Amino acid sequence: MSTLGVALALMAGLAVLLGAGLGFASVIFRVEGDPLADKIDALLPQTQCGQCGYPGCRPYANAIASGQADINQCPPGGEDGIRKLADLLGVEPKPFAEGAPQPQAKTVALIEEADCIGCTLCIQACPVDAILGASKQMHTILTRECTGCALCIAPCPVDCIRMVPPPVTPDTWKPRYPVIPLVMK
Amino acid sequence: MTSLFRFHGGVHPPEHKAESNATPIRPAPVPPLLHIALGQSVGNAAQPCVSVGDTVPAGACLGRAEGRISVAVHAPVAGVVRAIAPHPFAHPSGLSVPTLTLEPNGSTATVDPQPLAWQSADPRSVLAHLRDQGVVGLGGAVFPTHLKLGGTGLDTLVVNGAECEPYLTCDDRLMRERAQDIVTGILIAAGLTHARRILVGIEDNKPEALAAMQHAASGSGIDVVAIPTLYPSGGAKQLIRILTGIEVPAGTRSSDLGVQCFNVATLYTLAQALHQGLPVTRRIVTLTGAVAEPGNVEALIGSPIGWLLNTAHAGYCTEYGVIVGGPMMGFTLPDLNAGLTKACNGLIAKSPTLFPPRPPALPCIRCGDCARVCPAELQPMDLFWLAKARQFDRAQAQHLFDCIECGACSYVCPSQIPLVDYYRFAKGELWAADRDKKAADRARQRHLFREHRQARDKAEKAARFAAARPAAVPLASAGGSAEQPPTPTSSDAAKQAAIAAAMARAAAKTTPPSAASAAVEPPPIPSPDEAKRAAIAAAMARAAAKTAPPSAVPAAVEPPPIPSPDEAKRAAIAAAMARAAAKTAAAAVASPPESPTP
Repeated sequence: MSTLGVALALMAGLAVLLGAGLGFASVIFRVEGDPLADKIDALLPQTQCGQCGYPGCRPYANAIASGQADINQCPPGGEDGIRKLADLLGVEPKPFAEGAPQPQAKTVALIEEADCIGCTLCIQACPVDAILGASKQMHTILTRECTGCALCIAPCPVDCIRMVPPPVTPDTWKPRYPVIPLVMK
Repeated sequence: MTSLFRFHGGVHPPEHKAESNATPIRPAPVPPLLHIALGQSVGNAAQPCVSVGDTVPAGACLGRAEGRISVAVHAPVAGVVRAIAPHPFAHPSGLSVPTLTLEPNGSTATVDPQPLAWQSADPRSVLAHLRDQGVVGLGGAVFPTHLKLGGTGLDTLVVNGAECEPYLTCDDRLMRERAQDIVTGILIAAGLTHARRILVGIEDNKPEALAAMQHAASGSGIDVVAIPTLYPSGGAKQLIRILTGIEVPAGTRSSDLGVQCFNVATLYTLAQALHQGLPVTRRIVTLTGAVAEPGNVEALIGSPIGWLLNTAHAGYCTEYGVIVGGPMMGFTLPDLNAGLTKACNGLIAKSPTLFPPRPPALPCIRCGDCARVCPAELQPMDLFWLAKARQFDRAQAQHLFDCIECGACSYVCPSQIPLVDYYRFAKGELWAADRDKKAADRARQRHLFREHRQARDKAEKAARFAAARPAAVPLASAGGSAEQPPTPTSSDAAKQAAIAAAMARAAAKTTPPSAASAAVEPPPIPSPDEAKRAAIAAAMARAAAKTAPPSAVPAAVEPPPIPSPDEAKRAAIAAAMARAAAKTAAAAVASPPESPTP
């Protein structure tokens, strides 16, 4: 009888002790924010373009983390981005949906400075503060910071912004895939 | 006698050095125009300090160093600055970079040399002097020399006179003719770094240079060592291995292990800069290959490369191209108008007999020859497969970045696969991915800061408003004002919402149905400022109508676009939502007094 009592008391005591330990651990080692969304956000290209249907990369990352959004909605990330997200989440990669925005070559915005009237509408639209200018002063794009989201195109009242391929310098130039010419004999 | 070590692999390509090493260095004539690229080193391009139209004396500073990794550039001769504009650069891409075009005017005006008594001067001022005299590594890497001389407590100073590349003999001739100046430079570098031991490595296929250097260095404590001829013994890591036995691990700099390596031509210019006070405005270049008079010339930096080759052979055949550098590691120059840079140690005119076109590549048979000759002890065939399959992260895991692109693998490949081209391609892709990642991190930061700034501005505005209101309406009690939104704000927001709704309705009328429905639907931004959002939606709708694709136009042209009940309803909903939002915004504006913002 006493053996049973000791065993029961021991088990109960252990349960209380371990439960208290777990309780403390959950408070002390509490993880702030959503680590999965952070990891997803780190893989997204941060163009903040909204082509996924969410107002920026972080909201899209949150939506993926909570299972509301699919992994194939980020055209700037491309197929490579889908593959990385699939690797992270342990799911199968899938192609972009039919009719949804498709990946395109990266571009950056360019302001035709002669046509700019200095209305500041594009500055308000730029999600990464990559446009420099002031009211009634000419605006210009900080090409290095431009993510190519094209959100500045629509607000421009004089249509003086276009998307152009990013400039290439010897430092950013990429050697081409080796091509061996066909020899006709 | 120093005992020598061996590095892994290596090849013995035909040397072709006898063509150009028999004649003394001749001064190259002054070209009609000099194209001096402002970026003559690794890192930032120099910032021009002259303007177009200026007349400058020889040796004048044309561009100052910009940032930490940068050096100044100078005028090789007196002349007039004709342009500061993009010009083709001696680079495999053939792209243009900011270049200063100088037209020599035949004047003998020269800037006074500024020698520096380096023994007595502050080490920092010596390094600044080297930066301002444009001293860079002339072995081909063009790394600013003053950054390599910064650290002290060096164990071994390795001087690179190996010149293992076939065809090139510029270091050979320099050591034969100007050994004393090189030794002066070696002693300065050793003095600045407090090196305990100095080793000069020269391949044993240059007996005259070896003898000249040994003679010049006798009694100075410099050890001039003959090393066996084996390509690529002139690679910094390989030469350090041969002379000291130290193997520099991946991702480590040799300076971390107490060894620093300098090219002989660099040390020559170092001595010139400190003793004679002359900036680096010329370098020894080997002109060889399919030219009538192969040899070495002391050419002005910025001389057009095609023009310079013409001085060795009037009317040489340009149609086969020119190799900049050696045949193993160099590249074919896309544009012969590019100016000579500090990195160009040799110009080789191609011809079909000297450089027959590479036969078409055959499949890899995994013979392993490339792995046997690789001086970095990599598995070139695996890297080739991974680069071809675009599995760049796996190639990186297999130490792709330890590849020095020496070309030994391509040289021995029985299938004639241009292996190094694949590695360059893979490295380019990896660098681009790294740049994209950094850009994304920057964009994330900027976006977060923008959101923070907008929230802060709004809070400040609300606080200002709350502070100003009691003065304007002194009679209103605090409780009453919180419940009853102030009239001006609500009317203002209502007016704005009405305008937005009207604009949205107008947009719906003039837009093809599909575009309108897409545009009117408010974007799901969880910002409380709904009135503004309605305005943006309206603006977007207008823009969409403006830029509606041509295919959508016929749809809009046929029957007059009577606002379909569906769209009208939607616009009304949007307007109502905007009005409701404006009301909540007004309430939000009214509430802050309870929690004052800093």
